[in-house]
Amino acid sequence: MEPLEIAEKLKERFPEEVKDIREFRGQVSVTVKKDRIVEICRWLHDEPDLHFDMLKDLCGVDYLGKKPIRFEVVYTLYSMNHHHMIRLKAEVPEEDPEIDSVIDIWRGADWHERECYDMFGIKFKGHPDLRRILLPEDWEGHPLRKDYPEKGPEKEWKGFQEVLETAKRLQEYVWKG
Amino acid sequence: MERIEKPLQTKEITLNMGPQHPSTHGVLRLVLELDGETVVKCTPYVGYLHRGIEKLAEGMTYMQALPLTDRLDYISSMANNVGYCLAVERLFGIEAPERAKFIRTMVCEMTRISSHIIWIATHALDLGAMTVFLYSFREREWILDLFEKLCGARLTVSYPRIGGVRNDVSQEFLDSLYKFTEEFPKRIEEYETLIDQNRIWLKRTKGIGVISAEEAINWGLTGPTLRGSGVNYDIRKRFPYDAYDKVEFDVPVGKNGDVYDRYRCRMEELRQSNRIIKQCIEKLPEGPIMAPDAPKFTLPPKDRVLADMESLIHHFVLITKGPMAAPEGEIYVATEVPKGELGFYIVSDGTGRPYRMRVRAPSFVHASVLKRLCEGGLVADVIANIGTIDIVLGECDR
Repeated sequence: MEPLEIAEKLKERFPEEVKDIREFRGQVSVTVKKDRIVEICRWLHDEPDLHFDMLKDLCGVDYLGKKPIRFEVVYTLYSMNHHHMIRLKAEVPEEDPEIDSVIDIWRGADWHERECYDMFGIKFKGHPDLRRILLPEDWEGHPLRKDYPEKGPEKEWKGFQEVLETAKRLQEYVWKG
Repeated sequence: MERIEKPLQTKEITLNMGPQHPSTHGVLRLVLELDGETVVKCTPYVGYLHRGIEKLAEGMTYMQALPLTDRLDYISSMANNVGYCLAVERLFGIEAPERAKFIRTMVCEMTRISSHIIWIATHALDLGAMTVFLYSFREREWILDLFEKLCGARLTVSYPRIGGVRNDVSQEFLDSLYKFTEEFPKRIEEYETLIDQNRIWLKRTKGIGVISAEEAINWGLTGPTLRGSGVNYDIRKRFPYDAYDKVEFDVPVGKNGDVYDRYRCRMEELRQSNRIIKQCIEKLPEGPIMAPDAPKFTLPPKDRVLADMESLIHHFVLITKGPMAAPEGEIYVATEVPKGELGFYIVSDGTGRPYRMRVRAPSFVHASVLKRLCEGGLVADVIANIGTIDIVLGECDR
């Protein structure tokens, strides 16, 4: 099915949820409200002539100062049998950065959601093990947010201090020849 | 002798494996809960190699971000570069010329061979067959030497450019590569005689780490890891890019979805890659290697800058003012790298720098399935499972 057809079909089924349909270079993005995201995903997965059985990618985007609603969670979906693709974008406001997890539909969402939480601080309700994944547990801040400095945090991560101290302590054991 | 009346006690123990462990292929840490020899729970920890490539790219121009992609999957950097370049080209709406397309296809397949060679070498080494390692690194050296001849670098090549490739291939390079393609099928047979019918190898790979087709799709697996389960999904066939629609090749597909089938798939892919390279050399068309409108955002070649006024101005403007702005929009472009599907999701806000560059790394997805493959199996098979999903932690952690 053509991506625009899928988007129209989605709009027909969830008229209140779909906010915007946009096409760029043959790829279609559908912006939706976040509240019924699991229902939408379930429908896209189960509907026989859509059958999006593969979650290719899930990631967050921060539109600080560019859009009224700050975050977006982007789902790139693909159907193995029908060979079509669509991009779903759920808007997540800054005040309440929370969205339902789609892990029950696609198991592959597990680590993607954890990464999204790690990098943007978006919480996924219903995720069984929502911890930081790439950064240490006691890291402060969420690096991929636009207000996070690109050169790194002002204050050094405290685990790094420990590493330096240990290295200093072990200096006496270094073979000096 | 006194008979022991009491039954032996078993207790669950927690075993830490990694981050520095030779068979985790990088810095992967697994915490295994064992009941005897059975793995009850497996928790992978990643992130030891996190460098924030996605954040770094946001502060760079499209051209500057290219070398970052070398550092993702550092043993198949050429394929990563091509994936990134294709994504940016699609965003700008330009296309590389025919000759560049064929060269890219050729180097991508060379990378696939070198990556699969490392995979078979280390995978066999982990499972106790050391000899394969010694044989296969011989061929890898050949490919790396060819890369060096082509662009001066062996690992982090940065050879493809947005809109084409950096320099043209020499006849000497093509001759050497052709000789390689003639020689290589015999070498694959050599590896196979070492392990294919080996009883220990069969025992350690058949029926281990089984994942069904449906489940593999649900987990988002791609590449040979998915094809081992019998799903015919190859981006080179489904969304042809570069010159893949102009060459003939087959997509090997497994049946049982175990370690052995994935091994067979990758071995067969080596042959297919060899076939593609051969066709690329034979069909290589004449012509330019850079798209005509590419100079607006990639640096012109140095010899032209020194001789030609126009190029000098281009160079100056690019360095001082930054490149041409990309159109506003967002794009997801996936390519088939040796490990699986590498996707670049680029959001552009109409400036010369990516607003957001997301890397969908196959190793990241494959590492997450490790939990599913290991639980319920034996502790010795954990190593077979790590080998079979073919992960590189540089790409996993980004």
